[in-house]
Amino acid sequence: MSVPTKAAPVVDMRGITIRFPGVLALDNVDFLLRAGEVHALMGENGAGKSTLIKALTGVYPIDSGSITVAGTDRVFSTTGDAQNAGISTVYQEVNLCPNLSVGENVMLGHEPRSSRGISWKSVHHEAARHLASLGLHLDTHSVLSSHSIAVQQLVAISRAMVLDARVLILDEPTSSLDRDEVDRLFAVVRDLRDNGVAILFVSHFLEQVYEIADRITVLRNGQLVGEYPLHELPRGQLVTKMIGREIAELEAISATAERPINRTGAPVLRATGLARRGVLGEVNLDVFEGEVVGIAGLLGSGRTELVRLLYGADRADEGQVEINGHVVKVSSPRNAVERRIAFSSEDRRSEGIIADLTVAENIVLGMQARRGWLRRIRSTEQDAVVSEFMSSLGVRPADPGMLARNLSGGNQQKVVLARWLATAPQLLILDEPTRGIDVGAKADIQRKVAELASQGLAVIFISSELEEVLRLAQRIVVMRDRRQIGLLDSHVTSLEGLVDFMANDTQGSVA
Amino acid sequence: MTRLMKHRLFWPVSCLLALIILNTVVRPQFIKITVLDGKLYGAPIDILRQSAPLMLVSLGMTLVIATRGIDLSVGAVMAISGAVTLTIIDGSSSPGSVGTVLMAMAAGVALAFAFGVWNGFLVAVLKIQPIIATLVLMMAGRGVALLITGGFITTVVSRPLKYVASGYLMFIPFAFVIAVVAIAVVAVVERRTALGVLTEAVGINPEASRLAGVRSRGIVFGAYIASGTLAGIAGIIYSSNIMAADANAAGELIELYAILAVVLGGTSLLGGKFSIAGTVIGVLIIQTLDSTVLFLGVPSADKPVVFALVVIVVVLVQSPRVHRTARAVLRRSRTGGPPARTEPQKVSV
Amino acid sequence: MTSIVADERRGSALPASVRTFLSRRSSLMPTFAALAIFIVLLVGAQLYFGNFITPQNMSSLLLDNAFLLILAVGMTFVIVTGGIDLSVGSVLALTGILCAKLLADGVSPYLVVPLTILVGAAVGLVIGVLVQYFDVQPFIASLAGLFLARGLAYVVSLKSIRVEHSGVLWLESTRFSIGDWYITPTGIIALLVVLIGAFVMVATRFGRTVYAVGGSESSARLMGLNVGRTKVLVYVISGTCGGLAGLVLTAYSGAGYPRNGIGTELDVIAAVVIGGTLLSGGTGYVLGSMIGVFVYGTIKTVISFLGAEQSWTRISIGLLLLLFIVVQRVIVFRSESRR
Repeated sequence: MSVPTKAAPVVDMRGITIRFPGVLALDNVDFLLRAGEVHALMGENGAGKSTLIKALTGVYPIDSGSITVAGTDRVFSTTGDAQNAGISTVYQEVNLCPNLSVGENVMLGHEPRSSRGISWKSVHHEAARHLASLGLHLDTHSVLSSHSIAVQQLVAISRAMVLDARVLILDEPTSSLDRDEVDRLFAVVRDLRDNGVAILFVSHFLEQVYEIADRITVLRNGQLVGEYPLHELPRGQLVTKMIGREIAELEAISATAERPINRTGAPVLRATGLARRGVLGEVNLDVFEGEVVGIAGLLGSGRTELVRLLYGADRADEGQVEINGHVVKVSSPRNAVERRIAFSSEDRRSEGIIADLTVAENIVLGMQARRGWLRRIRSTEQDAVVSEFMSSLGVRPADPGMLARNLSGGNQQKVVLARWLATAPQLLILDEPTRGIDVGAKADIQRKVAELASQGLAVIFISSELEEVLRLAQRIVVMRDRRQIGLLDSHVTSLEGLVDFMANDTQGSVA
Repeated sequence: MTRLMKHRLFWPVSCLLALIILNTVVRPQFIKITVLDGKLYGAPIDILRQSAPLMLVSLGMTLVIATRGIDLSVGAVMAISGAVTLTIIDGSSSPGSVGTVLMAMAAGVALAFAFGVWNGFLVAVLKIQPIIATLVLMMAGRGVALLITGGFITTVVSRPLKYVASGYLMFIPFAFVIAVVAIAVVAVVERRTALGVLTEAVGINPEASRLAGVRSRGIVFGAYIASGTLAGIAGIIYSSNIMAADANAAGELIELYAILAVVLGGTSLLGGKFSIAGTVIGVLIIQTLDSTVLFLGVPSADKPVVFALVVIVVVLVQSPRVHRTARAVLRRSRTGGPPARTEPQKVSV
Repeated sequence: MTSIVADERRGSALPASVRTFLSRRSSLMPTFAALAIFIVLLVGAQLYFGNFITPQNMSSLLLDNAFLLILAVGMTFVIVTGGIDLSVGSVLALTGILCAKLLADGVSPYLVVPLTILVGAAVGLVIGVLVQYFDVQPFIASLAGLFLARGLAYVVSLKSIRVEHSGVLWLESTRFSIGDWYITPTGIIALLVVLIGAFVMVATRFGRTVYAVGGSESSARLMGLNVGRTKVLVYVISGTCGGLAGLVLTAYSGAGYPRNGIGTELDVIAAVVIGGTLLSGGTGYVLGSMIGVFVYGTIKTVISFLGAEQSWTRISIGLLLLLFIVVQRVIVFRSESRR
């Protein structure tokens, strides 16, 4: 279904098939990438996106098919081969060396040398030149780790240019960026595109794909669904092609948010004047039984910092917290757990899942921690709890003895959720529970949260996807620049209204 | 058969069996156990008795390694507890009385406990890297022990003290009884309660465990306290064995042997899942190897080389690359075709 | 064309020039601290004893610790990649006794010297291969190296062997003097090793790869650097330094002794860490390690001047090390909480 354009394909992959033991990861997939275009590769986890990219970057060898770069057939056996063919990749976790200087990172491996060794003056001069050609003016002597992730990513892109990349692959480049930084990144990407570089863009953020891409290729279950120019593919159709089923169930979830909330008694949690020097300005919020309070704001606005204070992961300097009407001091996660507060961190890999324990052990960890180390949970009880939650959340594969590291991101998130639900909390705090997981699992998790809230659980819910927040929450706390700027009633707020409120400096709460 | 081979303890147990068989083949009297005066004697009994200090230290080391740490100070702590115990006995008016000896031993163990708290504080509270934190005590500790003994090798004559390392409880060497009791206590505490699983969680992912409500700090603290205390007891057994406090030789290199025992037993140095049974077998392997070397008439000077080769063989056997190559070779010889693809290992994207 | 300037870090009260300096050179702070401690020690000792900073004492400081200097250079390479080498003390002993034995057997020094250095390199190669190709933890792999080298040393000889050969002894007995300052070839060798090490680390692609691997091994690999070869080579370098140090020590003491260097690896690691290299890898300077060795040597000298037992040396080094890491920890705590 590809529309012929006048640009010749830089990368022509035909009939790519890759098999792993027991899994057909890619099944006869074609993929075309043209010079001077931004091409988005879309699909759920397990659809084959990352496998296709690894084939193109020399990480995986292909079982059958061909790869042609700029008219020449190529076989990539190492990542070096792909780089030499002009294919550069910038990964989600910026793959540079944080302990080295910016200039050195740009030129590493290609430093200008003389008979007296590396010529550092030239290194920094060259690096500055490459950075400037992307519009970046940095102190090349400064250490890479002293810059934000957004800047580090741009440095990684400069490095790609040093290597004369004709293909630039951006793998989830915006996960850690706020709006301004995304704009910056996209401006650089557009410049590169206009200069003839072919850019392959992979992202879960549908909004951003629609902002930057020219064409979209959709994969599902290892097969090619199709390649479309952006303007011929509205969002609803794209999602349907990706998950192969209707998204009407998301509408059903919205409906449950209309339920009435009893706000007469003491709230499950009330925070007054909560603040931490240098980290968070004064915040006031409360959550009632059966209510979902959403926290909306850009990255860096302080959402995670706020909930970490509520949970005791960090200590507040000022303010007080009341649980069920009693003033308490939540000074550690342990305290919070004892007060039946649960917290699912946004970084599930390093702060959620215990990778080398089994699914079952991960699920009972919260319960066990609460009970203390002396009273061990008997295996009969453990089995019952584990199977109950695995089935109610739809964890796949349904094998409690499997190591947690082998699950997909979506299923790992479900396991973390199961861990907390098993402790029968009265308040559940979820920080970006749907980030980086496939659309089907996203829907599952949102449905579960709505269901639990209707049964009386109090929930605090953070998500960068504002529609999710609007869909699930009754009230929304809006954050900006580490301060609370408002409290909105979601029933009377639209997506545009919320975005507008977040962007403009209007004060006061509306609820 | 392959299911048996996949069991964690398969390789350690096989190694041990292989060693025992080797010994018996070369010198059949190796496995001979004699009974004299209602007490057991023989090479296997010697191994069990001599392994006690290493066993205690290795148990503590297992717990510390499980929390993703390491304790390099155990040898120094052994020296200190021996020095304290013997100095008290030496300075007392009744070195032969049980009361004095018990008090001296209690003092030695108490000091070792305190050093365990010290290490735990550095690692769990100040969050200093374990290798450096315990290196401090390793360096300074021997000096401290030397100061306690005044630079001499303090010797004493004391029947109660001698009993610890050389005496028998019924028909079994007392030192071995101590080791068995320690193993039992550690195993029960770790596996009958949830402490073992929680320790594994902390070792695999300390931050996630903390956020899940686990008392990570307490668990790490406890591991170092256990390690120190067990080393203290080991130091007393060692001193009882030579009836002297030798600050330089006590526990020399024992931390390295203990780490080796833990690794031989299948626990990873990276922390997380650990195996007490594995460590016990690891200690027995090392002790048996020691005896083997002696029995085979290898001069004790050559012992380190033998150990080096053993270490190399063991790590090679445990190495995933060797497993992969072996599997590929086996497959090729069976089917005659190219090896099937496996997940590429090095580059993780 | 868009123009982008890097973000200013919010809320910093420091003047711009200090901030620039910190963002560029924060890894130098521990080394500066080591230098400061060295100077404080020297000045303090001078004030206390009155005749501490003399040409003789300073020259001895270098020569008595020449072998440690060489070992520290090799260890720096290994630690910067995030590894560790526990075998250096044993390699020191092995090469020393081997050298002595061969010379005593009449083999020509022109053969013996390169051979002993090669033996050190070989041990390093074994460790490097274990670490890189068999995924063995550096701790365990170098532990194997420790046992192997020590064992081989015992096999060569259980007792010390004197070196009579004047060609080798010349290395220590010859003195080049300028006034009361003197230096011997062993000292020159040590300084040369330091200079070459520093040069390689700063001015060669290999050296920069060493830093890259220590900073992030996976990134270095994805950036196209030859990580495998580098990881093996740093152990070979450490082993070679071990061999050279063995030679120097044998010349210095006039004999080879198989029980040399027991525990020396700890002294070397302590010196390297005090000199500003982080055990986690990625930062560190060869010159810093040199300062660390001088700090160690000064403490040793002060203790012998005081007439105290030598065991106090280890205790002091231990406490100094502790002070260093606690301070480093506090600094890290502070900067993390300000984020």
